[in-house]
Amino acid sequence: MTTGSDEGSTKRPPPITASRGRHAPDADQAPSRLTPKGEALSVLLPDVLTKYEVEIGADIDEVVCHAPASHIDAIAGILKSDERTSFKYLRLLCVVDYEEQEAAFDVVYHLYSLEHQHKMVLKGRVPASDPKLPTVTTVWRGADWYEREMHDLFGVEFLGHPDLRTLILPDGFEGYPGRKSYPLHDYDEF
Amino acid sequence: MTESGITTNVIDKGRGMADMLINMGPQHPATHGVFRMELALDSEMIVDVTPHIGYLHRGSEKLFENEIYSQIITLFDRLDYISNFNNELGLVMAVEKLMDLEVPDRAEYIRVILCELNRIASHLVFIGTFALDMGALTPSLYNFRDREKILALFEATSGARMMHNFFRVGGIKQDVIADFPARVTTLLGELEAGIDEADKMLSLGEVFVERTRGIGVIDGDVALDWGLSGATLRASGVPYDVRIEEPYSVYDRFDFGVPVGSAGDCWDRYYLRVLEARESIKIIRQALQQMEPGPVQAKVRAIARPPKGEVYVHAENPRGDFGVYLVSEGAESPYRLKVRPPSFCNLMALRDLLIGHYIADSVVILGSLDIVLGEVDR
Amino acid sequence: MNEFNWTYIAVVVVGIFGLFAFLSTVVISLTWYERKTLARIQMRAGPSRVGPHGLLQPMADVFKLITKEDIRPTNSSGMLFWSAPIIVFVSAFLVWLTVPFADGAVVAPQELGLLYIVAISTVGIVGLLIAGYTSSSKYSVLGGIRAAAQLVSYEIPIIVVVLAIAVLVQSLDLRDVVLGNEVTIGERVISFGGQGAIPFAFIMPLGLIVFILAGLAELGRTPFDIHHAESEVVGGPFLEYSGAHWAVFFLAEYINTFVIAALTILLFFGGWSWPSPPESIFGTALEEWQTDALGVGWFLFKTYMVVGLFFWFRGTYPRLRIDQLMAFGWKSLIPLSFVNFILMSIVIFYDWPLWTMTTFSVPILIGGLYFGARRTARKADPSTVQMYRRASRDDGGNKLVPDGTGD
Repeated sequence: MTTGSDEGSTKRPPPITASRGRHAPDADQAPSRLTPKGEALSVLLPDVLTKYEVEIGADIDEVVCHAPASHIDAIAGILKSDERTSFKYLRLLCVVDYEEQEAAFDVVYHLYSLEHQHKMVLKGRVPASDPKLPTVTTVWRGADWYEREMHDLFGVEFLGHPDLRTLILPDGFEGYPGRKSYPLHDYDEF
Repeated sequence: MTESGITTNVIDKGRGMADMLINMGPQHPATHGVFRMELALDSEMIVDVTPHIGYLHRGSEKLFENEIYSQIITLFDRLDYISNFNNELGLVMAVEKLMDLEVPDRAEYIRVILCELNRIASHLVFIGTFALDMGALTPSLYNFRDREKILALFEATSGARMMHNFFRVGGIKQDVIADFPARVTTLLGELEAGIDEADKMLSLGEVFVERTRGIGVIDGDVALDWGLSGATLRASGVPYDVRIEEPYSVYDRFDFGVPVGSAGDCWDRYYLRVLEARESIKIIRQALQQMEPGPVQAKVRAIARPPKGEVYVHAENPRGDFGVYLVSEGAESPYRLKVRPPSFCNLMALRDLLIGHYIADSVVILGSLDIVLGEVDR
Repeated sequence: MNEFNWTYIAVVVVGIFGLFAFLSTVVISLTWYERKTLARIQMRAGPSRVGPHGLLQPMADVFKLITKEDIRPTNSSGMLFWSAPIIVFVSAFLVWLTVPFADGAVVAPQELGLLYIVAISTVGIVGLLIAGYTSSSKYSVLGGIRAAAQLVSYEIPIIVVVLAIAVLVQSLDLRDVVLGNEVTIGERVISFGGQGAIPFAFIMPLGLIVFILAGLAELGRTPFDIHHAESEVVGGPFLEYSGAHWAVFFLAEYINTFVIAALTILLFFGGWSWPSPPESIFGTALEEWQTDALGVGWFLFKTYMVVGLFFWFRGTYPRLRIDQLMAFGWKSLIPLSFVNFILMSIVIFYDWPLWTMTTFSVPILIGGLYFGARRTARKADPSTVQMYRRASRDDGGNKLVPDGTGD
C-alpha cells in the first residue's frame, strides 16, 4: 500500500519532516508486494502515531514510516511501548547518504515485533549540513554501538547518547569515511 | 577522566573500587581475534569493562558501494569467516528479492545443505574454542578434525575450503559433484558421532559445569533490548529463529526443532549450539531426500542490475540474525549495502554480562557469545 | 666431629652433579613424554621429525631456548627479575637431595627427610611471587598473586597427609616409609610395616587421592593451572621471561612434577620395593647392585606412570576458576586431609588392624564422589533446554511453539 508522494509532501512543515524524496515510485521501481500483515500494519500505524506527522509507505515488502527526525526517539518509544505494535527488537540502525542529491542523510531503523511478527522500517531524515537527531538508546539499548558506528562513519550526531566515542575508527581520525563524498583512493598512514 | 571513560564508573553501585586497569587484547589468546577490552579490576573481580573494536575494520560497507554484485559475494565471504556460505546466502537473497527472481529448487536445496553444513562447522569451532578458553585442550582438536571433513567437502564442491564464492544471484555457480549426496550422507554419520563425542566430553563434566553454569546470565527482556540474536538470545528463553519466523529459501519445507534455553547463562548458550548442530543434521537429511535433479541457475544477466528499491533480508547465521539492508538505485552496484552483523550486536551486551564476574569468567563469557571479529569490524 | 669429613663432602658434590645430570635427562624425557602423551590423547602425531619418533625434539628445544635472546622488560627490577627463576629452580632441585631412588641410593640421607621436603618445596612460591611482581606486567602480577594464594593453600593438605604417613610409620625418613620402621619404647619394640607387604595406597586411599589432587594444585597443572593459565593471564609469572631464564622455570616445573610423582610412589606405592623379591621372580640369586638397579628401574617406571596420569588429566579437564580452586582446597581437601590424619592417629593409637583404616576411608571417598556428581547433575540438567518447533498452520504458522515431547 503506497501513499502518493505529492499529497504527503504538501502536508509536512519544511525543515524537520518526513521526506520520501527521491523514492517516489516510478517505472523502474521494484513493485510493492506487502503481505496481509504488512497491509494491516500500515493501516494501524497512523492510529498509533497520532501525535506526529508521519508518512506511511511501502517498499517491496516492508512497511516504511517516514518520521520527523527531531522526534524520532519519542516515536520509537511509542512504537515500542504501544501494545498494538510493541516493536521491542531493533534489528538494524543505519545511515544512508543522500548528500549529493538532496543534501540529507536518512537514518533508518529496522524494527521487529516478536509478539505480532510485524516488521517495519522507520526513517528519519537529517540535513547533511547539520546531521543531528535524538538518540534511541533510551528506547533500545541495542542502538548503542550502531549509533557510535554511524557517528564514526557519517558524522551523524545522536543527541543524548551516553557515550559517543569513536568505535571502529582509530582515535583522532579525521573525516567521515562512510560518506559518499569521502575520497576512496586517497590513503593515509596512521 | 581517562579517554576510555573508565574512571567515571570506578565506583559502580557499591561494587568496589578498581585497583587495577588491565588491557586484554588485541593480542590476547582468548579474545578470538583482535578484540580488546579494558578491564577495571578489584583484585580478580571485574568492576568495569570498556570494549574496543575496529582493529579489523576494512571499510567493507564502503567497498560494497563500488563493486558489482558478483564481486561483493567475495567480500561477504570475508565478513564472518567461519560461516561463509551463510553470509553469501544473505547477499544473494537480498538481490534476488529486489529483482523478484525465482531461484531453481535444486539450487535452493544445495544452498540449504551447504549452509547447514557450514552451521555445523561453525558450531564445532565454537565448542572447541569455548573449551579451549577454559583450558581444555582436547575438544578443540577433535572438533577441528570433524570440521576439516566438512571443509574437504566444501572444497570438492566449490573449490575452496573457506572463501567459496559459490552462490550466485539466481542460483549457484555450478551443480554439485556427482557423488555429493553420498558423501554428505557419510559425512553426516561421522558428524553425528563427532558431536556426540564433544557432548560427552564436555557438557556434563564437573569442572565444565562449574565454570559455565550461572555465569554471564542475561535476562530474556534485556537480551531483546540489546538486540541479541541466535543461540545467545534463545538461551535466555526467547524463541526467535529467522528460519521459522520468516522462512527464507526452502526452510519452510523441513521439520526441525529449535532448542530454547531458560537460564540464559554460558552453559545454556553452549548446549543450545550442540543441539542446534544435531538439528542441522536433520535438516540436511530431509533436504537430501527432497532434492531433485534440475537446473541450478535462473536466467539472469551476467552482471545483475536490480531495480530501484530497498530490501532488508535476513537469515539465521550460526551466530544469529544476519541481516542485509540493500538500497539500490538501479545500478550495477548497490547504493548502500549495510550488514547487520550478529556478532556485533551480541558483543554489545558484553559490559552487562561481565561486570561482577572474575577475570577467568571474562574469557568464558566472551567465548560463549561466539564472536567473529571479521564480522564485528567489517 | 672434629675432623672435617672430606670424603662426605666429595660424595655430596659428586652426588649433586650426578643428580643434576640425571634430573636434566629426566626433564628432557618428560617434555617428550608429555608432548607424545597429549598428542596421542588428541589424536595427533606429536613430535616426529627430529630423530626417531621425535626423540631428539627436546634437545632441539633446549638448543633453541639457550640460543634465544634473553629479554628483560625495561621497567622490571634487574636483580630480582633474574633471581626469580634461580630461586624456583634451586628449591625444586634441593628437594631431590633427600629423595631415595633405592635403598641407599640417595645424595644426602636425612632422618627428617619428609619435613625437609615439605619445607624446601615451599620456597619456590617466593620465586614465583618475585617473578610476577618484578616483571612490570599486570598479567604477571595477577599470576604471581594467584600462585602465592594457590600454593600456600594447597601446602596444607599435603603436609597433613604427610603427617598421617609419619603417624603410620612413626618416622619422617623416606627409607623407613618404604622399608618399615622399628620403634623401641622402653623395652618394647614395636615394628611398623613397610610397603613391601602392602602399599599404603591400600591403607589410606583417602590420603592418596588428597595427596594427588593437592599435588596437582601445587604443581599448577590442569585442572589447577590457574596461575599460568594461557587463556586468562597468558603465562602468569613466566610471561615476560624468554630464552634461558624461561627454560630454567620450565626445568623447575618439570622437576617439581617429577618430585610429586616420586613422592606419590614413595609414600603410597612402595617406592623401589618390588611386589615380591626380584630373586623369586627371576629365579636366581642377585648381586646387591643388581637388586638396587632393579629397584631404581621399578621406582622410575612407577613414577613415570604417575606423571603420565598427570598428563592425562591435562588432556582431559578444563581448568577451575580461582574462587572454585580456593574453595576446593579449603572446603574439601583440607577437611578430608584432617579426617584422614585423625582416623590414622586413632587407628595407630588403639592399635587397631590397618584394614580398619581402609574401611573408614573408602565410604568417605565414595560419599564425596557421589555428592560431587549429584551436585553437578543438579546444576546442569539438559532437560531444562526445551525444543521448540514451527506451529501448525492453525496456530499461526511461522511461530515457534514448545515441542510437546521436549528433548
